[in-house]
Order: sequence, then C-alpha cells, then structure tokens
Amino acid sequence: MATDIRSTSWVNTNHPAPAQKPPASEVGVLGWLRTNLFSGIGNSFLTIVTLIALYFIVTNLVQWLLGAYWEPIWVNRKLFAVGQYPLEQLWQPALVLLMVSLLFGLSAGRWGSIMRNLGVGLGALLLALALIPIGLQAQVVMAASLALLLIGYLIGARIAISGRWLAVAWVLSLPATFVILLGGINLPRLGVTWNFAPLVESNLWGGLMLTMLLAVVGIALSFPIGVLLALGRRSNLPVVKLFCVGYIELIRGVPLITLLFMGMTMLPLFLPSNWGNPSQLVRAMTAITLFSAAYLAENVRGGLQAIPKGQYEAADALGLGGFDKLRFIILPQALTKVIPAIVGQFIGLFKDTSLASLVGLLELVAVGKAVIQQPAWLGVTGGVAKEVYVFVAFVFFIFSFGMSFASRKLESKLGFGKR
Amino acid sequence: MAGHAEDADIIIAKNVNKWYGEFHALKNVSLTVKRREVVVIIGPSGSGKSTFIRTINRLEEHQSGDIVVDGIPLTRDVRNIEAIRMETGMVFQQFNLFPHLTVMQNITLAPIHVRKMKKQEAEARAMQLLERVGIPEQAQKYPGQLSGGQQQRVAIARALAMQPKIMLFDEPTSALDPEMIREVLEVMEELAESGMTMVVVTHEMGFAKGVADRIVFMDSGEIVEIGTPDHFFTNPQHDRTKLFLQQILK
Repeated sequence: MATDIRSTSWVNTNHPAPAQKPPASEVGVLGWLRTNLFSGIGNSFLTIVTLIALYFIVTNLVQWLLGAYWEPIWVNRKLFAVGQYPLEQLWQPALVLLMVSLLFGLSAGRWGSIMRNLGVGLGALLLALALIPIGLQAQVVMAASLALLLIGYLIGARIAISGRWLAVAWVLSLPATFVILLGGINLPRLGVTWNFAPLVESNLWGGLMLTMLLAVVGIALSFPIGVLLALGRRSNLPVVKLFCVGYIELIRGVPLITLLFMGMTMLPLFLPSNWGNPSQLVRAMTAITLFSAAYLAENVRGGLQAIPKGQYEAADALGLGGFDKLRFIILPQALTKVIPAIVGQFIGLFKDTSLASLVGLLELVAVGKAVIQQPAWLGVTGGVAKEVYVFVAFVFFIFSFGMSFASRKLESKLGFGKR
Repeated sequence: MAGHAEDADIIIAKNVNKWYGEFHALKNVSLTVKRREVVVIIGPSGSGKSTFIRTINRLEEHQSGDIVVDGIPLTRDVRNIEAIRMETGMVFQQFNLFPHLTVMQNITLAPIHVRKMKKQEAEARAMQLLERVGIPEQAQKYPGQLSGGQQQRVAIARALAMQPKIMLFDEPTSALDPEMIREVLEVMEELAESGMTMVVVTHEMGFAKGVADRIVFMDSGEIVEIGTPDHFFTNPQHDRTKLFLQQILK
C-alpha cells in the first residue's frame, strides 16, 4: 500500500508488511560478481584485462617454478642456514635453536596472544624442517626443538612461572647466544678468555643465522634506545633535547649503507683506543641499531604526541612520579598506538640487514651471491640466479609475513575493550 | 614538613599571581579554606577559577604569592609538590581515567605504587570505594565501556583511594549528559557530609546553594566576592556578581 503523501494524516493499515526476498541479481555468486567485478563498463573492462594479465603471469610462473633448477639451493642448504660455521661444531647453533624454542614455548604458554602466534609459526617451520630430509642430524635437532617448544608451552600454561623471570631469561638469551656461537668468551683486552669449544670467530657466521642475529640484535637494542631518544626529544632540558633532535635528524639524513661503511672505517675513532678492533659483525650491528633507533624514536614520538594532556595531569594529581608515570600511564598507551608503525619498521630492519652483505658479512643475500658464483653451476643455461634470488626472497617473505601477522593479532587483542 | 592537625586553615593562598605570557590570569588571589569546609568557586568562563584550583596542586605553576597546603609550603621543591599531591585528590572535567587500565587498576595504581600499599589491601579498599560511589559491579570493565557519569564516579573513587585530606573538583559535571549530572552530584554531596574538605569549581548552582559553606565568585582573574550561599543568592553586593547571577538564574 503506497503512502498518500499529500494527506496530512495517514495510517498504515497493512503494517506489519511481510519481508520479501531481494532481487536475484543482488545476491549469490551472480550478485557478488555484479557488484564487485562488473558494476559498469569501465570496471568490466578492468576486470577482463586483469584476468588476462593474471592468466599469463600465473601460467608462466608455474611453468618456470616446475622447470626451475633447485639443485644449487638444496646442495647449499647448510651454507644458507649458517654460512661457513664449522661442520663439526654445528651443535652450537643447534643449542641456540633449542634454547630459543624452549623460551618461545614457555612464553607462549605463559603470555599467550602474540607469543602463541609466533610460537605456532615457529612450530610449523620446525615441523616442516624436521620432515624434509635435510639431513638426519639437522632433522633430529628440528624435532627436538619442536618437542621443547611444546613442552615449554605445556609448562608455561600449567605452572605459574614468573613473567619477570621469563623476561629476564629472554634478555639473557641474547648474550648467551653470542657466547654459545663463539664457543666461549674472548675479550683479551679485559683479560677474559674462556672457551668450552674451539672459538668460532664471527666472520665464519653466516646465512639465515646471521640475518636473524643482525635483525634480533637491531630490534632488541634499538627499541630501548629509540624510546629514550623519543622521551629525550620531548625533554625540558635543552641539552638533552638538542642532543636527541641532533642525533635523530643526523641519522635520518643519511642512508643505512653509508652508516654501514662508516662503521667499517670510522667506528674505532669513536671508541677508546684500548678497546681494540671490533669485529665486522659488531660494526654492522652498531650501524643497524643506531640507524633503527633514530626512526623508532620518531615513531614513538608520534605515539607520545597522541596522549592527551589530561593523562599526564591525572597521573601528576595522583602523585605518580616521573618514572612511574611513564611506565604505567604514558608509554603503554603511546606504544600501543604505534604498534603497526613499529612492526613495519622492524620488518624493514629485518630486510635491511641484507645491506650488510655489501660490507663483507655473509648473511642470506651474500650466501645467495656466493652460490650463484659457484663453478658447479657454470654449465647451467641461464645461470641459477633466478632460483637463488627467488629462494632468498621467499625466506625473507616468510619471516616478514610472520611478524606482520603477529602484529595484527596483537593490535586486535590490545584494541579490545578499550576506547 | 608534616601537616599540623591543629591548624584550622588547611589551604592558604596569599596574593597568588599567574601569567600566561603577557596575559594576567590570576590577580592577587587570596583565599583560605578551613578543614571540613566546602568552598564552591563560580564565575564566567575565563575568569581563572580552574587555573586557581590547579595551582593548589601545582598542575599550574604560579609566579608570585604563597600557597600553603596542610602546613606544606608549595615551592619548586619536588618533595613538597609530591607531598601536597598525596594530600589532595583531583577530579577533572574530562574524567581523565586511564583508558588502558580496568576500573580496578585505575583505582589501585597510585595506592600500590605511591602509597606502597599491598595489592590485596588496595583492591579491598577499591571495592569499598566503588560501593560508596555505587558501581561495584563495574570493577573489571575498562573506562571506555562505562557511561560518562559512571566514569566520573570512578574518577572520584580513584582520587579517594589515595586517602586525601582535600578534594579538588574542576567542573566535574560540565562534560556530562544532563541525566548523569545528578548521580555525580549525589556522590559529591555524600562526600561533603562525611566531612571532606572540598574546593569545587562548578556551574551547578543547586549544588552551590545546598552544599557549599562558602561561595567564591571570580571574574577576570580576580576574586570579586566571597560569602555564604544565603548571602550570595539573596543579597549579592558587587554589580558584577549581580549581573552574573541574573544571567545564570534566568
């Protein structure tokens, strides 16, 4: 019954009207295609062109993947994993993997959320590597790591272990990793030399292991430095503020590669003369950390600026001192707001570690380059560069995607129940 | 440095001046507040009333004049400022609850970390306070899940959790929807009856009439008139006060 819009009063005697089905062209597969792909002549044209392009790209790619020559990657799998680390001492990196797996397991059980997601990712990776016949010893290590991950999870979920101690364990795991990989402690200038295995100097470390080390050290060290720089930039003390602004702007004004080269040539100039000659690994880590810290500081500053003045005032009025105010009120809110930016930056840092190949570190990309040059593949038509770079890109993608996925989970968790 | 219980005047402000750049925001403001007294400050916006109560706990710094709170002189000395802030609770127009913490955490944070109270004790006291302000069932929620009136009541509970001797209210109902103003005012009335010393900046004339011991009228950074509610609403002296009351009581 149509409304008589000209009358001043009218009653709908037909109410309630029965619901009717939407027109067939608006629902189901047809409706979806219509609204999303063929909603007009222009869009229909774009859809068809895209489909044709996709067809050629996908068929060609699949054809190439099936016919590609993966032998160089398979043969060099140890080189891709740990570089030139001595074969007979591979139990040391294996020990690090076991340690990290256990820590991930415990954290996933204790904290859940992002740690559980990362733990699931690590578990899937370990499972795949345990099943692929990469070598019996390596497979056993992967399986054992997977087992430790699961055991750690069960312990962490069942027993109320102290979160504080777990955090301390994570912090200590970083220097522990260096000691285990090196085979001891070698600081002759401080008169400390102790080893439990023949020392493996860091110039023999390489492959994915080195890429991970560069990234993890860069992330772990640049985070606190970046937060301090961001706070310093907002300081009321002119000297602190000036230093932080100067540092941030100076570092952001130069490309990472120049910092890496400067680290190689100039770092000793800034250190006390009796500190000797830092290894290339330490130089690269310093450059990456200092670079990342400057960018992180700007991201954190963005978060700090988004905190309303009232939050500071409420904390002040309650008598919360400067440190407590930052720790409990300001930083938790500021950092939550900039998680996507910070994770994005860490993913960038992870990929930027490939620049270390240009200053002589044998990380993943450098190993790839070396493999391409191996005489064994000289006879392969077209070379093996395509296969090697696709593989290296794939490895970078897996870890970057993992980080991005975990951060999205964290955002949705932290966003829940709050304004 | 500790407070002197025998002193009748718990807040003493003498010739307080404040400038924002060239702008003279507080002009020789002098006021004393007695223990257990409820002082309501009214005045047009921009008259300096909020600025004045914010100088009492040093959210704003005054440039000249003396402020003494419970025997503690308010100086640049951080220890004095912290001591005064522990004695004064403040409730803000915009609530300023911590959105990333639950109601319970909002209330217990300062007692645990500033007063060094045990967690269980702080939580038990927080529950008592939530019952006092009428929302014990909201303890585990986040501020964003509460209505404005509930948030402001949590803010009052949060301030009370520090066991302050003085409560400062900076337009506590100005950001609330009309139907929620009542529930906040009732909590404040109960607080006044319990003997809390209160300084309240507000536009709620009903509250001023019913609860205040004294009313202070400010305009252009100055105190224009001080008096009992009776004096104020029946026999205001200054022309500026009369004009203001005419406008708001229309």
